[in-house]
Amino acid sequence: MTRKKSAAPAAKENKPKPKPEPVLSATNIVKELGRGAGTVMALKGVDLRLVPGELTLLMGPSGSGKTTLLSILGCIMTPTSGELTVAGTKTAGLSPDELAVLRRDHIGFIFQSYNLFPTLSALENVRIALDVRGQKGYEAARRCEEVLREVGLGHRLRNFPGNLSGGEQQRVAVARAIVSSPSIVLADEPTAALDGENGNAVMELLARIAHEQGRSVLAVTHDPRTLPYADRVVRIEDGLIVGEERRPEGLDAPEITDLTKRRKAHA
Amino acid sequence: MIFTLAFRNLFHDRIRLAVTLVGILFSIVLVAVQLGLYLGASRMITANIDHADADLWIMPFGAKSFEDGGLLMGTRERHQALATPGVAQVTPLVVRFTEWRKPAGGSTRVVVVGTDAEDGAVKPLSLKTGTWEDIKAPDSIAVDETYLKDLGVDGIGDTAQIGPSRVKVGALTSGVRSFTQSPYVYTPLSRARSLVGAEGSDLATFHLVKVYPGQDVEQVRTNLLNRLEGAEVLTTGEFHQRSLRQWLFRTGAGVALIGGALLGILVGTVIVAQTLYSSTKDHINEFATLRALGSSSGYIHKVILTQAGLSAVIGYVLGMVLALLIVLASQSTPLPIVMTPQLAAGLFTVTVFMCAISAVSAIVKVTKIDPATVFSR
Repeated sequence: MTRKKSAAPAAKENKPKPKPEPVLSATNIVKELGRGAGTVMALKGVDLRLVPGELTLLMGPSGSGKTTLLSILGCIMTPTSGELTVAGTKTAGLSPDELAVLRRDHIGFIFQSYNLFPTLSALENVRIALDVRGQKGYEAARRCEEVLREVGLGHRLRNFPGNLSGGEQQRVAVARAIVSSPSIVLADEPTAALDGENGNAVMELLARIAHEQGRSVLAVTHDPRTLPYADRVVRIEDGLIVGEERRPEGLDAPEITDLTKRRKAHA
Repeated sequence: MIFTLAFRNLFHDRIRLAVTLVGILFSIVLVAVQLGLYLGASRMITANIDHADADLWIMPFGAKSFEDGGLLMGTRERHQALATPGVAQVTPLVVRFTEWRKPAGGSTRVVVVGTDAEDGAVKPLSLKTGTWEDIKAPDSIAVDETYLKDLGVDGIGDTAQIGPSRVKVGALTSGVRSFTQSPYVYTPLSRARSLVGAEGSDLATFHLVKVYPGQDVEQVRTNLLNRLEGAEVLTTGEFHQRSLRQWLFRTGAGVALIGGALLGILVGTVIVAQTLYSSTKDHINEFATLRALGSSSGYIHKVILTQAGLSAVIGYVLGMVLALLIVLASQSTPLPIVMTPQLAAGLFTVTVFMCAISAVSAIVKVTKIDPATVFSR
């Protein structure tokens, strides 16, 4: 597995740290889409582990299976085969409602198009994430305000998405994703719709969430501007993890340390 | 947040909301008018029966309703009834369709109701002008003020003709409408007999029976049936139901009214269902986002049901305001629409039920949401 090999050089150069337990573990994930002759194998046996305190980028060309993998890791889609464990719970055999509970309790989502509710204010958009968890009332409202201030939107609480810039909307989405303190944050192309400045601001925010709050953040992206913020870059091609790069401590950008041609191995 | 989201979703598209509310309003008004007419007609049909001071009604076999009692009965039935154990009083009542000749020419059908009010039988309801004593005066009758124009008279003191006899309006009732649209003409028993061509006889359409206090009405009825041949004995409740069946169901009038009400419910349901469905479809990505955020299906269903409930409440209030205006406007017509607290409560229940049923298609739609669509926007 690439992960072990890529981690090794960094470990040699730096003082060894205790290895954190993964909060999400995917083993040999296969996903077939469609039926019959039109079946497409979107994922062909993916292994991936996410640990707390790390911002991981999942990069790859269009159609490589990034979003499918993200959907499976987020318990939104179920794999055709393979094993997924989220916060110690194996997802195999869980009903859609049980998967929803798993998402609710452990996963925060950030979407490319923000997916904010246009009829709700910034504060209400964040509150709804707590409301679906049954957290209501003053405490919930106070918590939402606090998180919106953390992402720099303390002055925009009552504004509706239509009155916010793209960057501000994505920050509301980030606040919505983290307000319930999930252990995993999954982001789908978080900077794709943003200009450079706003994209950097959002990536800084995600890196802070990973490093300061100890969450595991996985961002699907093909935006090279995001690389400086990553602790780890996982590359996917044609439904396979083809490489993993880990940033050695002290470096600003990830350095390619290993590329395992899983596709060749499969061939 | 469920209420906020439902409210905002609903008010986000004002035109669609307006269409929904018009649909509910139309439906409520239609149902209110149809059922109000049904209630009004029921009251008209049974008003004389319900106001009669009687436990049992003796009538010729096959009597269909208060107005359509069939052949007149002689005194034999009355005497037999009086001799029946448990019977305290037997009061004859004459009810007969006959022809009213207007003073200026032309004629119209009326229902002569002959009664001696002192005996405790059917009294003219709601006397507005004049008293029973005025009706007892020679040639005097009482008619309802609603029908003065139809009868070709202007009011008290005016005269007309029933058969060969002259009659004079001696009193006026108010709000005593006839479902058959043939006005009731109240007059003392002996004069009624002469007006229907049974002058000097003891004939009657019905005999109204009062039983002694504490007597079992059913037992007295059995006793009466054992003695009377060729006559039926019905309780007031049974006669009430028979009259309703005759006019509302055998003539098809009631079926048309109830059918109209059902049509109103159907139209309302379809309109609300259509608008709720399209609203849900418009907000489907938001519901998918909710699902992705981990909301239960129940949470999303509650949002849709709250939308339906809000539509129901707003639509009901607007619909009832319009329905009450129509009810008020109908009070001076020959067929007034009745609105009772029970009907208003029933309409609210129907509206909520209608909107809840309408939400089903939207709920089915969101049940099929694939939360993965949140990544494909």
